Amino acid sequence: MKQIFEISGFLALKEIWRNRSRFLLVSLVIALITLLVLFIAALGEGLGNGNREYISKLDAQLIAYQSKSDYLIAASRLSKDRVAAIRRVDGVADVGMLGTANATLILPGDVKPLKVALLGIQPGHTGEPAVVQGQQLSTDLADEVIIDKNTALRTDLKVGDNLTLRTTQGTQDEFYTLRIVGIADGQQYSLQPSIFVPFYTWDRIKPKSEAEINNPNPVANVILVKLKDPAKINEVSASIVSQVNNVETATLKQAIQALPGYSAQQSTLNLQGGFTLFIGVLVIGGFFQIQILQKVAQIGVLKAIGTANPTVALASIIQIVVVTMVGVAIGGFLTFLFSLSFPPTVPIVFNGTTTAIAVIALLLIGPLSGLVSTRYAVRIEPLKALGLS
Amino acid sequence: MNTYALETENVTKTYQSESGVINAVDEVSLQVKLGEFVALVGPSGSGKTTMLSILAALLKPTSGKVILDGQDLAAMNEVERVSMRRNKIGFTFQANNLVPYLSAVENVELMLRLNGRLDKTGKMRSRELLARLGLAERLHNLPGQMSGGQQQRVAIARAMIHNPSLVLADEPTASLDTERAYQVVETFAGLIHEQNRAGIMVTHDLRMCEYVDRVLQMRDGKLVKIYTNKTEIMDLVKGKTN
Repeated sequence: MKQIFEISGFLALKEIWRNRSRFLLVSLVIALITLLVLFIAALGEGLGNGNREYISKLDAQLIAYQSKSDYLIAASRLSKDRVAAIRRVDGVADVGMLGTANATLILPGDVKPLKVALLGIQPGHTGEPAVVQGQQLSTDLADEVIIDKNTALRTDLKVGDNLTLRTTQGTQDEFYTLRIVGIADGQQYSLQPSIFVPFYTWDRIKPKSEAEINNPNPVANVILVKLKDPAKINEVSASIVSQVNNVETATLKQAIQALPGYSAQQSTLNLQGGFTLFIGVLVIGGFFQIQILQKVAQIGVLKAIGTANPTVALASIIQIVVVTMVGVAIGGFLTFLFSLSFPPTVPIVFNGTTTAIAVIALLLIGPLSGLVSTRYAVRIEPLKALGLS
Repeated sequence: MNTYALETENVTKTYQSESGVINAVDEVSLQVKLGEFVALVGPSGSGKTTMLSILAALLKPTSGKVILDGQDLAAMNEVERVSMRRNKIGFTFQANNLVPYLSAVENVELMLRLNGRLDKTGKMRSRELLARLGLAERLHNLPGQMSGGQQQRVAIARAMIHNPSLVLADEPTASLDTERAYQVVETFAGLIHEQNRAGIMVTHDLRMCEYVDRVLQMRDGKLVKIYTNKTEIMDLVKGKTN
């Protein structure tokens, strides 16, 4: 076996080296496919992350929605009394109201205003992100905010700065000045950078219609539920639904899948990635098939002088693997270089797992697409190849 | 005790065609001794190439025996025949002889590599053999950088380097001009005699029989005549014999 590897490796590598321009061209095509696949994967991860980041990092296991809201956070309305009712359910450790809205962050000078997700949370309760710099929010009514890392990166705002938010109240634009007390890590929501404000402050400054302006009862969108024992998620979920009127619950995974456009977006990008890989299979397979067709006589000679079929097959596989590996390496390096030039606003995230899966898939398509040509090489009859029959 | 390196007994190869059964090789029996260089001649369709393929363990006869070094090639399976081709047989072809991405010396060493015998001595022998064939300056040239005659000489070196019992050449001069053709066959014959191998050359060019010890003439799949006498052979070479 060692000898087969030795001879196959010798033949495969010699041929690659002596025809390096031709093989490099194929590697470059694979590099371009790699670049495309990695970017699609990173874009999928970036867009998905931008949608789900806040939800996926929640220190909660369940989210309670208004019944029949189809797990749409913006469509759900839950009054304050529901918070108390859910808190009383056995197995619940903590609950926190979450209100979502959009606002415009006004930046000094000629800087373009930034659209942000304005999230109302209860200080000290589930839903308040942990700060990596500064401190947590103090009270439910404080004019304080925590901004996420994305907001800080895009605006250069720091802890202690004041920021101005613009929202529409009825038909009038209103401006609110709040003080930044902390910066949390990335907490994007709905593909927007996030600003967290105490719930009652949120209720005061969130955009409202004329009818809502004088409503004295604050309404949250959903209630975030932290469990005493996450393993009992099904039992507690059933208890909440049975004991609290007009609510339905979802796990974080269900909630993420229900985010508007999330599933469609991810499946579209996955499909694109899959098609790109498929094109890769055809391109690599086509190249090696053409190459084998050009080498029929040469393989015939090798077989005629006593080269065994496993050696011929292994040489072909080694070539495909080497060419694919070189292509993927070049593509990976190009991707890395390109990624350095992207501003933080571009939703491209090179997640280790996703990138590793993409790279493994790319490395596998070479040998997979070369199966046909390898089989063809093994089936070459030396007699026919040499014109002796 | 068997004194022949190669011996065939009633070798027959039949093909089924639309018009019926064709005997490409018909009951051919021949013997070649070590150190003997034999030419297999005959018109197109006489069966000489089929016979050569059978002797090279590339084709199984329909019936009969092909004994090489005491082993019957006709009774072997594909794996065994591949092993025989690698160990016991040397082969040169009409064209496309060499692996195009290996240099002259690498092409020769390939046979030793395939046999797991490429050591320092083997490498040295490969270089010496190529040097003897006038290719000392061409060791590291790729086939595409050499003339047809030089390529044939590299192929001869490759066919001999692993000390095979049987060396076969299929129209080795087909793509060469007359002067180079003579040089190649003379070299080939010299090495076969010197290294004590059994050599068989298929050729349609009777002039090349000048260097052989015997000529086997085939027609319609049968071995019809054997020329052993040097005068007879020279008459054949000069076209005095039909």
